[in-house]
Amino acid sequence: MDNEIKREIIMENYLHPYHKETIKDETYLKVNSNNESCIDNIDLQILIKNNKIEDIKFNGEACAISTASTSIMIKELIGKTTEEAIDFIKQFENMVEEKEYNSQNLGEALVFDDIFKQKNRKHCATLPYRGIVKVLEEYQTKKGND
Amino acid sequence: MHREDFPMLQQDLIYLDNGATSFKPKVVLEAMDEYYSSYSANAHRGDYDISYKVDLEYENTRELVKNFINAPLKEEIIFTSGATESLNLVATGFFENIIEAGDEIVLTKTEHASNVLPWFRLAKNKGAVIRYIPLDKDYFVTLDNLKSVVTNKTKIIALAQVTNVIGDVRPIKEICQFAHQNNIFVVVDGSQSVPHMPVDVQDLDVDFLTFSAHKMCGPTGTGVLYGKKELLEAFEPINLGGGMNESFEDEYNVLLKSLPTRLEAGTPNIAGVIGLGAAIKYLDSIGMTKINQYEKELRDYLIAKLEKISYIDIINFHSSSGIVTFNVDNIFSQDVAYYLNRYNICVRAGSHCAKLAKNETGVKNTCRISLYFYNTKEEIDKFVSLLQDKEKIIAEMF
Repeated sequence: MDNEIKREIIMENYLHPYHKETIKDETYLKVNSNNESCIDNIDLQILIKNNKIEDIKFNGEACAISTASTSIMIKELIGKTTEEAIDFIKQFENMVEEKEYNSQNLGEALVFDDIFKQKNRKHCATLPYRGIVKVLEEYQTKKGND
Repeated sequence: MHREDFPMLQQDLIYLDNGATSFKPKVVLEAMDEYYSSYSANAHRGDYDISYKVDLEYENTRELVKNFINAPLKEEIIFTSGATESLNLVATGFFENIIEAGDEIVLTKTEHASNVLPWFRLAKNKGAVIRYIPLDKDYFVTLDNLKSVVTNKTKIIALAQVTNVIGDVRPIKEICQFAHQNNIFVVVDGSQSVPHMPVDVQDLDVDFLTFSAHKMCGPTGTGVLYGKKELLEAFEPINLGGGMNESFEDEYNVLLKSLPTRLEAGTPNIAGVIGLGAAIKYLDSIGMTKINQYEKELRDYLIAKLEKISYIDIINFHSSSGIVTFNVDNIFSQDVAYYLNRYNICVRAGSHCAKLAKNETGVKNTCRISLYFYNTKEEIDKFVSLLQDKEKIIAEMF
């Protein structure tokens, strides 16, 4: 992806983040994600029905990269099954960590394919993923037990 | 000034985070290196020459610290791992035996976590009550505001001489005078004051003063607790072990050594203490008054330039220390810090460990510049020039 286009996508998602709101609905699962080494701190709300992610919302304070990454993640994950979402997260994290990854399904999240060049911002890009993966795994464990 | 003394300054770097830690001059590194390479023995127990030299150097630092803060007695200087340990030691070792249910501990909301959490624990354990001094419009502490929260139950006033976010210099002398008339103990965190200004514990009449070596050109892992002798005598040592006991037979027959050794169990951070001694000699060679004046000059220079930028909000405009806290309108503080990092400029973003401060200032996260005597007007020029163009900040913040 062209660097200028990447910039534009990140900036657009930072300035107008998708689903940045808090919803009063107890059927949403909640998780907080924060970076211990900095001040990013977001709350995520996730609605899963029949193993499918129906909706995600977020709120909180975070830097441009964390905010944009969360906004993009939300767009990409809505509509996916929990298995698909967990695979998406794995591919994304592999990309950020410079490991082998499948770029085919990452969509807009590919704007962070060279974030590793700024080592101190990798944890900004992965912030929302570290939170949401916990919810998805818990959901699957619970589902397995049912 | 004195930039040539610092190996860290021999690179392309503008370091404006001295409130977090300071750089170390060569003389400090050499003093520590000399200990490890030519007389690396333990303290207080050798019958041979190099161990004797360790004792001499270790105790010499105590003398240097005593003179640096004008303490009356050498045994009033206790070496710790840093201001955090010093404050915990005071809260636990001394006040655990004094505070009772219903007693009141007075703090401010702009204190560093190290001067809040030990008091929270003490209050919780003893059923004591925490009260906060209301701050004025500049977030300063005034004697009148202090008086408004003191009651006949107040036992402790604990506050920083200079806070690490607002950088205001508190009227400690007047506070101590008032407190002592009312039988209240005063604990002063000197982490942000002792490295930057002359501090005289007798003139201030503080009961306890704590500070860290690493913020004053010394090494990490070393700090000081100053306490009035009669108060330190009443301390319950938190750590028991080697070096601090005179003799022991069984659980009922344990005899401890006198001050200050009694409160320094185990092998101390010998290299750290020796490094602190070298740092004090170094700071003295420049002069604390001169350091303080120069930092004020730098601050005024910085403020005059920053206040001209319309989209920069200076949180602590009227403070007088080298700490300047600001935000760029509508840009997250961490993004500003990342932007400056591209130009090898180090500033801190966040809450700066003072997580209650947001309740006072209404601002959760900020960028903080904290100056030291080796910073220059040229560095400030470069820093300010990078903030002159908001579009550039936005374009380069990631």
